[in-house]
Amino acid sequence: MLSIQQLNKSYPLGQGALHVLRDLDLEVEAGEFVSIMGSSGSGKSTLLNILGILDDYDSGSYSLDGVLIRDLSEHKAAIYRNRYIGFVFQSFNLLPFKTAVENVALPLFYRKVPRKKRNATALEFLDRVGLKEWADHLPNELSGGQKQRVAVARSLITHPRIVLADEPTGALDTKTSTQLMGLFQELNDEGATIIVVTHEPDIAARTERVVRLVDGVIAADGAPDELELMTTELEAPAYTDEPSP
Amino acid sequence: MIDIDRYREIVDSLRTAKLRTFATALSVAWGIFMLVILLGAGRGIQNGVANNFRDDATNSLWLYAGRTAKAHAGYGVGRRIEFDMRDFDALLQSVEQIEYATGRFYLSGQFTVRFGSNVSSFDVRATHPDHQYIEKSIITAGRFINETDLRQRRKIAVLGPKVVEQLFGRRDPIGKWIDVNGAAYRVVGTFTDDGWQSELSKIYIPITTAQTVYGGGERIHQIMFTIHDASPETARRIESQVRRLMSARHDFAADDERAMRVRNNVERAEKIMGLFAGINFFIWIVGIGTILAGIVGVSNIMLISVRERTKEIGIRKALGATPRTIVSQIVVEALLITSISGYLGMTVGLGVIELVARYAPKNDYFMNPEANLTVVVAATVLLIICGVLAGYFPARLAARIQPVEALRAE
Repeated sequence: MLSIQQLNKSYPLGQGALHVLRDLDLEVEAGEFVSIMGSSGSGKSTLLNILGILDDYDSGSYSLDGVLIRDLSEHKAAIYRNRYIGFVFQSFNLLPFKTAVENVALPLFYRKVPRKKRNATALEFLDRVGLKEWADHLPNELSGGQKQRVAVARSLITHPRIVLADEPTGALDTKTSTQLMGLFQELNDEGATIIVVTHEPDIAARTERVVRLVDGVIAADGAPDELELMTTELEAPAYTDEPSP
Repeated sequence: MIDIDRYREIVDSLRTAKLRTFATALSVAWGIFMLVILLGAGRGIQNGVANNFRDDATNSLWLYAGRTAKAHAGYGVGRRIEFDMRDFDALLQSVEQIEYATGRFYLSGQFTVRFGSNVSSFDVRATHPDHQYIEKSIITAGRFINETDLRQRRKIAVLGPKVVEQLFGRRDPIGKWIDVNGAAYRVVGTFTDDGWQSELSKIYIPITTAQTVYGGGERIHQIMFTIHDASPETARRIESQVRRLMSARHDFAADDERAMRVRNNVERAEKIMGLFAGINFFIWIVGIGTILAGIVGVSNIMLISVRERTKEIGIRKALGATPRTIVSQIVVEALLITSISGYLGMTVGLGVIELVARYAPKNDYFMNPEANLTVVVAATVLLIICGVLAGYFPARLAARIQPVEALRAE
């Protein structure tokens, strides 16, 4: 489904360059539920951005569903994002002036699906995340957990090959986080391929495979119980994400 | 094909940013509105002045007798020059380009005029028949003064509309006798005039009658005549010809401007035309300034608006919006705001001008304001184009930002 080989990415920094990802190899099969773990600066967000075609890489290769993702024009990249990828962000990234159902329907707007049809589809997906009654509410009328479920519904509406979630529980309390991970689990059971980036061991523990990044290389890769997540040095991250209200 | 969906998306986003939309709309509407008012007011002044001028034939010269300021032919300075009927006849004979000519005999002050129990006071003018053409009086009933009136020194009068209104109300004045300072005059005609308002309350009587009744002998205070070819050169040539003629007849120096004052309306007309050109130039300068201010306003707001929306653009791009979609949305937004508000400013401006034209009190210096529709539409289109460009360039920049960067923006 997703194949990365010898991937390198660096950012210019002063005179030199910050080498964020070094010769990275990663394979993810369809239907997997993967978490990418790492402390701040480990390169996990950069990796996610590349996976999401939100950013370029320097060398190596990344192919998604057999399509090489490399040096795409912005136009092509936008179309591939819409076709292959669903995003769930830490800060939700819902458009504040659109209702829940309109937010969910937005990716279909860029597919030129007629309004009635896409709103009907969006309502189905909202129902699936248990928010059908909240369809006509604006994001600021929803709780953090509800917003994130709207975002999940939005990420699923195009039937993407993979769902990429960047610290999806970063702004949520423990109980809501647990519920969200439960939702991901359900979706995964129904066949969705999900990649979650997180620095929280207990979130990673709820996925089926953990890829641990340290300084831009994969330090460990396996089932969560094999990796003794709770006892690693990762427990105290360099920074904590500010939870939104 | 009209993509209703896309418009809905645009209208939604306009409705969301009410302040931004309002500010953009206001700067466009205000620019166009001010331009329309400016053009209308300029045209109103021009029409007013032109109308006053139209009332007095622009191909005319007026002569006034004065006092000498230069010693000449043995006479000292300060001698009073007086025209009489013989000067008038001599003028007609020697200047062949003369078209119409009239003398005016001044009756000092206003006269108490009475009809039955109605009493009021009006200016009385004693003139030749041609005065009608020189003042461009329009006969509305009966006739003007004629040669027979002059020869027989008839006591007849021609009345302006305000005189008729005040003395006769709705009754027909023709054939009635009015009393002017104790002398009875028969009304033979009425006139109106579309120049100065004061023309409407004038009474005309034959010049010879006035000379007899009010003890003027043969005297004429002012001579007015029009010439066929109204070019400034001809007018100046005739002016000096008349000067020579009159200076010879009255023994004053031909270059003595004070002995005989000449009002050359051909030259005045030339100056007024120059004034119009000046007013027009000024209006254009201010108008262009107004439009530029509007353009700067729209550009600023569009620039800020695009910057403000970087995050939104990032989200949309992550969800599959292509750069072209982003740019076209912002451009169509700009197009929609500027064209609607431009149209609004234009309509309100034209409406205000129409109201002023219809309801403002009559005024000698301002009439029939109107804005040149072609100019206004062109200015509106220009503003719309600039608004669209002002949206296009920053939008293109924003659409090119990597989505990662855009998402990071706050």
